[in-house]
Amino acid sequence: MKENTILEMRGISRSFLSVKALQNVDFTLRKGEIMALMGENGAGKSTLIKILTGVYTKDSGEIYLEGRSCPVEISSPQMAQELGISTVYQEIPLCPNLSVAENIYAGRRRKGLISWRRMNEKAKKLLTSLGIPASPVQPLGSCSVAVQQMIAIARAVDMECSILVLDEPTSSLDEKETERLFELMRQLKAKGTGIIFVTHFLDQVYEVCDRVTVLRDGRLTGEYSVSDITKVQLVAEMLGRELSEAPVTAAAEEKPVGDVLYHGVNIRSSENIAPFELTVHKGEISGFAGLLGSGRSECVRAVFGADKVTGGTVNMGGKAVTIRKPSDAIKQGIAYLSEDRKAEGIIGELSVRENIILALQVKKGFFRPFSKAEAEGFAAEYIKALGIKTASADTPVKELSGGNQQKVILARWLLTHPGYLILDEPTRGIDIGAKADIQRLVKKLADDGMSVTFISSELEEMLSICSRLFIMRDRKMVGELSGSQLSEDNIMKTIAGGERNGEGTQ
Amino acid sequence: MAKERSERNLLSFFSGRQFLIPLAALLALVLFNLIVDPEFFRVTYGRNSEGYPVLSGNLVSILDDGSELAILAIGMTLVTAASGGQDVSAGAVVAICGSVLLRVLCGTGVASGQLQAPIIAAFLVCCLAGILCGAFNGALVAFFRIQPMIATLILFTAGRSIAAWINNNELLRVTDSTFACFGGYIKGVPIPTPVFIAVICFAAVWALLRFTSLGLYVQSVGISEKTSRLNGLDPRIIKVGVFVIMGFCCAVAALIKVSRLSTINYSVIAKDIEMDAILAVALGGNPLSGGKFRMSSSILGAYVIQFLTTTLYKLDVQSDALSAYKAAAVILLVVLSAPAVREKLMKLLRSVTEQKSSADGGRI
Repeated sequence: MKENTILEMRGISRSFLSVKALQNVDFTLRKGEIMALMGENGAGKSTLIKILTGVYTKDSGEIYLEGRSCPVEISSPQMAQELGISTVYQEIPLCPNLSVAENIYAGRRRKGLISWRRMNEKAKKLLTSLGIPASPVQPLGSCSVAVQQMIAIARAVDMECSILVLDEPTSSLDEKETERLFELMRQLKAKGTGIIFVTHFLDQVYEVCDRVTVLRDGRLTGEYSVSDITKVQLVAEMLGRELSEAPVTAAAEEKPVGDVLYHGVNIRSSENIAPFELTVHKGEISGFAGLLGSGRSECVRAVFGADKVTGGTVNMGGKAVTIRKPSDAIKQGIAYLSEDRKAEGIIGELSVRENIILALQVKKGFFRPFSKAEAEGFAAEYIKALGIKTASADTPVKELSGGNQQKVILARWLLTHPGYLILDEPTRGIDIGAKADIQRLVKKLADDGMSVTFISSELEEMLSICSRLFIMRDRKMVGELSGSQLSEDNIMKTIAGGERNGEGTQ
Repeated sequence: MAKERSERNLLSFFSGRQFLIPLAALLALVLFNLIVDPEFFRVTYGRNSEGYPVLSGNLVSILDDGSELAILAIGMTLVTAASGGQDVSAGAVVAICGSVLLRVLCGTGVASGQLQAPIIAAFLVCCLAGILCGAFNGALVAFFRIQPMIATLILFTAGRSIAAWINNNELLRVTDSTFACFGGYIKGVPIPTPVFIAVICFAAVWALLRFTSLGLYVQSVGISEKTSRLNGLDPRIIKVGVFVIMGFCCAVAALIKVSRLSTINYSVIAKDIEMDAILAVALGGNPLSGGKFRMSSSILGAYVIQFLTTTLYKLDVQSDALSAYKAAAVILLVVLSAPAVREKLMKLLRSVTEQKSSADGGRI
């Protein structure tokens, strides 16, 4: 092992039944560096991380750690922790009903009794030092997802690890929080901690990382110094093909506005948003823009009836309709893809086929089930049409990668042939390839006459896709931009409240 | 190459087939009985006291006595899958249904032995009682979000008292021979009637799963309530629905139980049968936390439990010690069918086959 290297993984392989998830992958991490681990979904990032943290066992290969002459066998997450490897996963595996302090200190090996007061004091100190806005005694579940993420990192930091693994920690954070996290990462780096940073955001790699390891289809593509590789090269490495710059650019073209498909007035829901008015035109892609927590999702959930709708009148295609619950909305041809793929999207243990037919089956009715042949036909059709990578239609959907799960849910809704498709963060946390696929698909659907509402945290993505944007600030719709008004400047001004637009001014 | 494939098939066979767990348990019991006493399996064809030809023997009595349990296992499987909890009131609801059945059959008069109402009418009222009990449990679970075990604890505790109260704690007796058929034999048919009733129930649930979307809905709700709601399902209705089916199963079981004895003992009828039904679901390899289920596996599990009970009886285990022996056997079965143990066994199996194949490769 070279000087300064704290971790070296050599020739790691692992397969799941017949699928080779990792083949002969090498990985090194030096002291005090931030190493980005990149690759499309299904490239093997998660598998590599899980082998390092003892969740999976490797089939072959060796792992060397600093200060140990012989390779180590990491057989359990506890063992990984004892060896100084801490992990923060994308989905936070903490207990929402325990307090923040309890979550930070839970599961540590300690003898004797717990002093709750001391624990809370210690937690408070830790939280203040990291600038996390949470009280040690409040239940974790009452914090926002972003803060929960920070607390998970605080927990890992407090365990005095030498290797910190961050598995897509920024996907649910807004810019400010991301910046704070980066600050934290730099602090840890200065202390000599080696950080493995799994992310899909190219910009973040260039902002905070020293080196980058790229995986593709379970193999190591290369290891680069961030300063030596351009963004386009990096993307090309990940995809294994040359990427045409900016694959989607159409927002600037003025499209003729279609008929009004959906018109809602004074819509309110139980989720504490100001009553809003929404007009959706046929064949148009609209979007909700705003900061994290500004009420984007809550608005579309109210449209779909996903949250409790407490008021408002809705007019669809000239007729007054009532939408109080999801089944009402589905009957009106509205489809909604939730931002929480795991809890509100997939039915994990059920097969890809069952997941695809679910919504249409419910629409069709309890006493008219699809025959197995029909269901298989639908599944095969959409697996092919959307390019879903799955071993078979019988594979439990939870075994698919995130991007492919997202496509399965999309297939489910497309199968119902909706007139109005609402996509809440459909491209979050999925790889560039799948992201481009979904963007392309959305455009095609709109061209074919479907109305789409698209939500994304990435402004750039919104601008390239949407021809109308509804701007949210503090749970209130404060403006609407379309056509030539669409620009980053305008959006930010509207979000910040500098520009008068619509009713939202104070 | 061919060998490799066959080994992989073997592996996927063991990991993939949930059915195999109760089947293996059944085989173990069969083997045990073969060794201890092969006579166990003798089925004789003789005449009963009324002079009609009947089949008798341990196997027949397993199928006969296991009927109620298997019917209840159907309901329990659905309840478990949709709600992620179990119905512990099944035995008490059987008592209520049985009591209602007798009440209608005997009318208001004191036990005269004469039927005061047609059996079909009495059975329909009995079903109504079962369905109401199920709806009560289901409503507590679905609308008040009470954990199934706690919600059903109410009827578990109160059920037998209610059953006794319905008949003023009188021991009614029905001597009608037609009514006795449901728990005994139809004239001239050598197979006990409960077996037919059970088979009809299996066919009904098979049809229900085949010709409606029940299976998909129940599993969706059991795995992710939120997702199900967003797809237009109402999880509450599904949950009430499965409890109603459970109540119906209890009513059918009550018909058999009451018919067997021609009377009812409120505190003993179908005692602890809910535990056996839960066990059948677990033994069938269905997760007790809900979600995916396999009905055939649960049903087979029910008969395995009955097989075990009968085996223990034949070994002359004293009736007070019976449950202890049963518990010991059950621990073994359940531990072996637990997912964690299964995984370990799979790993072991895999490493053994790998070693074998590498050893073969070395020789070549």
